[in-house]
Amino acid sequence: MGAGPTPGRITQTSSATRGAIGESTLRPDGTLKVTGEFAYSSDLWHEDMLWGFTLRSPYAHAEIRSIDTAEALAVPGVHAVMTHDDLPAATHYGLEIHDQPVLAEGRVRYHGEAVAIVAADHPETARRAAARIKVVYAELPPVVDEATATAPDAPVLHPGRADHHASHVPHPNIVHRQPVRRGDVVAARARADVVVRRDYEVGMQDQAFLGPESGLAVPAEDGGVDLYIATQWLHVDRDQLAPVLGLPADKVRLTLSGVGGAFGAREDLSMQAHACLLALRTGRPVKIVYNRYESFFGHVHRHPAKLTYEHGATRDGQLLYVQCRIVLDGGAYASSSPAVVGNAASLAIGPYVVDNVDVEAIALYSNNPPCGAMRGFGAVQACFAYEAQMDAVAQELGLDPVEFRQRNAMSQGAVMPTGQVVDSPAPVAELLRRVKAMPMPPERPGVPPDGVWGRLAADRSTDVRALPGGLSNTTHGEGVVRGVGYAVGIKNVGFSEGFDDYSTARIRLEVINGEPVALVHTAMAEVGQGGVTVHAQIARTELGVGQVTIHPADTQVGSAGSTSASRQTYMTGGAVKHTCEAVREEVLRRGRERFGSCHPAWATAGLLLEGGKVVTDGGEVIGDLAEIVGDEPVELELEFRHRPTEPFDLETGQGFGHVQYSFCAHRAVVEVDIELGLVKVIELAAAQDVGKALNPLSVVGQIQGGSTQGLGLAVMEEIVVSEGARVRNPSFTDYLIPTILDTPTIPVDVLELADDNAPYGLRGVGEAPTLSSTPAVVAAVRAATGLPLKRVPIRPEHLTGC
Amino acid sequence: MRVNFTVNGRPQQADDVWEGESLLYVLRERMGLPGSKNACEQGECGSCTVRLDGAPVCACLVAAGQAEGREVVTVEGLAEFAERRGAAASGGATIASGGTEQTSGTGLDEARRRQPRPGGSAPLAPVQQAFIDAGAVQCGFCTPGLLVAADELLERHPDPSDADIREALSGNLCRCTGYEKILDAVRLAAARTREEG
Ligand code: FES
Ligand code: FES
Repeated sequence: MGAGPTPGRITQTSSATRGAIGESTLRPDGTLKVTGEFAYSSDLWHEDMLWGFTLRSPYAHAEIRSIDTAEALAVPGVHAVMTHDDLPAATHYGLEIHDQPVLAEGRVRYHGEAVAIVAADHPETARRAAARIKVVYAELPPVVDEATATAPDAPVLHPGRADHHASHVPHPNIVHRQPVRRGDVVAARARADVVVRRDYEVGMQDQAFLGPESGLAVPAEDGGVDLYIATQWLHVDRDQLAPVLGLPADKVRLTLSGVGGAFGAREDLSMQAHACLLALRTGRPVKIVYNRYESFFGHVHRHPAKLTYEHGATRDGQLLYVQCRIVLDGGAYASSSPAVVGNAASLAIGPYVVDNVDVEAIALYSNNPPCGAMRGFGAVQACFAYEAQMDAVAQELGLDPVEFRQRNAMSQGAVMPTGQVVDSPAPVAELLRRVKAMPMPPERPGVPPDGVWGRLAADRSTDVRALPGGLSNTTHGEGVVRGVGYAVGIKNVGFSEGFDDYSTARIRLEVINGEPVALVHTAMAEVGQGGVTVHAQIARTELGVGQVTIHPADTQVGSAGSTSASRQTYMTGGAVKHTCEAVREEVLRRGRERFGSCHPAWATAGLLLEGGKVVTDGGEVIGDLAEIVGDEPVELELEFRHRPTEPFDLETGQGFGHVQYSFCAHRAVVEVDIELGLVKVIELAAAQDVGKALNPLSVVGQIQGGSTQGLGLAVMEEIVVSEGARVRNPSFTDYLIPTILDTPTIPVDVLELADDNAPYGLRGVGEAPTLSSTPAVVAAVRAATGLPLKRVPIRPEHLTGC
Repeated sequence: MRVNFTVNGRPQQADDVWEGESLLYVLRERMGLPGSKNACEQGECGSCTVRLDGAPVCACLVAAGQAEGREVVTVEGLAEFAERRGAAASGGATIASGGTEQTSGTGLDEARRRQPRPGGSAPLAPVQQAFIDAGAVQCGFCTPGLLVAADELLERHPDPSDADIREALSGNLCRCTGYEKILDAVRLAAARTREEG
């Protein structure tokens, strides 16, 4: 690429950043990030570059009668305007089902759908030109929920579906349906002493990563294109882009540029195709940067859900059966809805042993915004409902909610509702015990221990910043009640249901200035989670070198799979480990060849690489790594797979569907101003089993960050879709995410029970904490108020009854 | 139009600035200083926080023309800014604390004496190092704005309570960290600065 900043190599050389696995090694990109030098995708620049802009539909469901681009093209500074008619090749793409139009064709299916794109010499010129494109729409009635989607006269959103789910769904407006059946629910119901049946609802949450969708497409001399992009999976982007651009895959080269968070929202294409199309059309580099408003339309969200749960238990607190139905709104296009359905169905019961289960999960096509991947991926919605149910059943039985959960908690060897045996540690009861045993935050001065409100009107000693309402000075403690709530959840790690999940690493061991240096090249998207740190730690551990260079992630190496499903430390970390082991074998083979005859230790097994030397397991140094490698670097590229999984049976949901499970428990302490309906989370404690903490500092950071997103869903975060399926709050003014004032202290207790099937025994970390923090906060608000609270996010009116 | 201002101690000129351009756009796209981030461009996230005549502001809400004749410090100049402040403090010089403006820190005269250092070779500001050491950086997109805001807090208030830190940083969104390690980092920077001072 030309003059612009590209992501540089990330090199760790100083002793301060050395570290093997298990150490809290600091991020190799930390210095660049704190000095402002780290090149995020929105920072890229090229001297000839144009700016792209997208014209989006103001309607959720409408026929496009005509599009007139003449006036836009006449604006000085405009270089190209493209609509569906200008597409050179494939017109649709998608992660699994290719139903997403590159630019709308004849019909728009959601508010904000891309209709036309413009390239101009200034972002404002592009915006103004787009406003001059004349589109004539004829509005159609929108499909907004299950009733309108499956009504007899419902408009079919994707007529003539040919995807592989089309044949088994009960209605063409249902993307996918997955039942899970085990045991005999009817018989179990007859034996139940207590039955609790309730409806729940989860609003539409947004990933709200901070770094906007952006990238720079540069046309190449060979007719191809180089795209510098913030994404979660370079190869799957490329595989969707090449057919759209009409180019062979090897002419579409992607390099990861700095990613400002992802959380699932970068799994689908956003501006990738648009920037490449404009670049190829104009012959100039094209940069697109979404503003925050556009970002809310430019990516998929977390599926909003309606859930119905019925739990039956015996008087002594044993769960007999669970019956539930989960309706996820997938919005206009499929995205990853089928996999989200599989997760919601298979994890619907939570980390409990229940012999009799009847689950159905579906995802709808609707005219609401498309929904897809977000941290927790289908397990979040279910966890909110089943944990509320666990509290409700415990209450009916007069049991302590933690005790009730522990009595039913799964452990290693338990059978999932899918029939899968949980074959690694599942310390559910222990995590609950730990989180309960953590010291409680101090009582606020002035709050009587029994939390009775109404006695504190005269108390002026409390810092109002610590109270609900904070600096708004809405209370001095009067009307404030405290509550405590618990929750625990189960999440799968890695891709499931028979997906061929693999990652690739290329490792090069060479000598530079007399020092052995390892170069790690993978296509893993570092989205902030710290994978680059861990890869260097693994390479240092396996190769015994001090210096590790992380090559920028690009499509010049084999696929790493997605940075999602808590899988990258397992999968790409596993690939780095696996490949380093092979490199080590090659080094030892060379050493044996060269020195074996004169040094008997070479013949013994158990040789290690440590501190740049080859040592015996007894600690004797028998060779110098730099000397063995010499000027012939060792370079290998290998793939790593987790053990295979299998698809769930379409009617019974049985099958070895998930490769690994992870567990996290939370305790929330909240204070609620019940007069104004304001909630302040005082503390959110977490306990999680991570198998093996490769980098304890990062692990804790992930747990705290994930917990905070769950807190957001509990009390503030929702994309509001109103009449006509239009998005009402696409801004940070109106879509609220937790600030530092909304986020409490998050003490974390990390448990390390190895999973023998995983590299180093590790367990994916990133998602599990997002599950249980939401129900824990809501349980605490219920405890404080006595209200049933069946919907998140909780709004003030839910608490005040107004 | 043309805008003349000082950025990180260096007099700068931006030409052909369109009247609607923000200070953030001019810094990022015309000055080649993309360190200040563009996460919302509507004054809600704090990612674009810079100091304008010492006061922390959202650069996305400042029209470029408003910066005429004024002093801007961005994350790119933070290390040097902190170093100068440290030197001034240890040399016994007083740093103007901004008079009536509580939010203002380094005085104008002090800022004017600053010269750019070639290659940005200043060691990291204490708050920058603390963010790295405490694990307060994940994706890092919020980091530049948080650093500028936190540095200004510590200048004004060398020993802030947790409530003070939360209040000062409440305009800076971070989606990754859950803020706990950001609090750790600010406490760490405060402690180190006190020890050194
Ligand atoms: S970019 Fe300026 S406040 Fe968000
Ligand atoms: S580290 Fe990603 S937004 Fe703060």
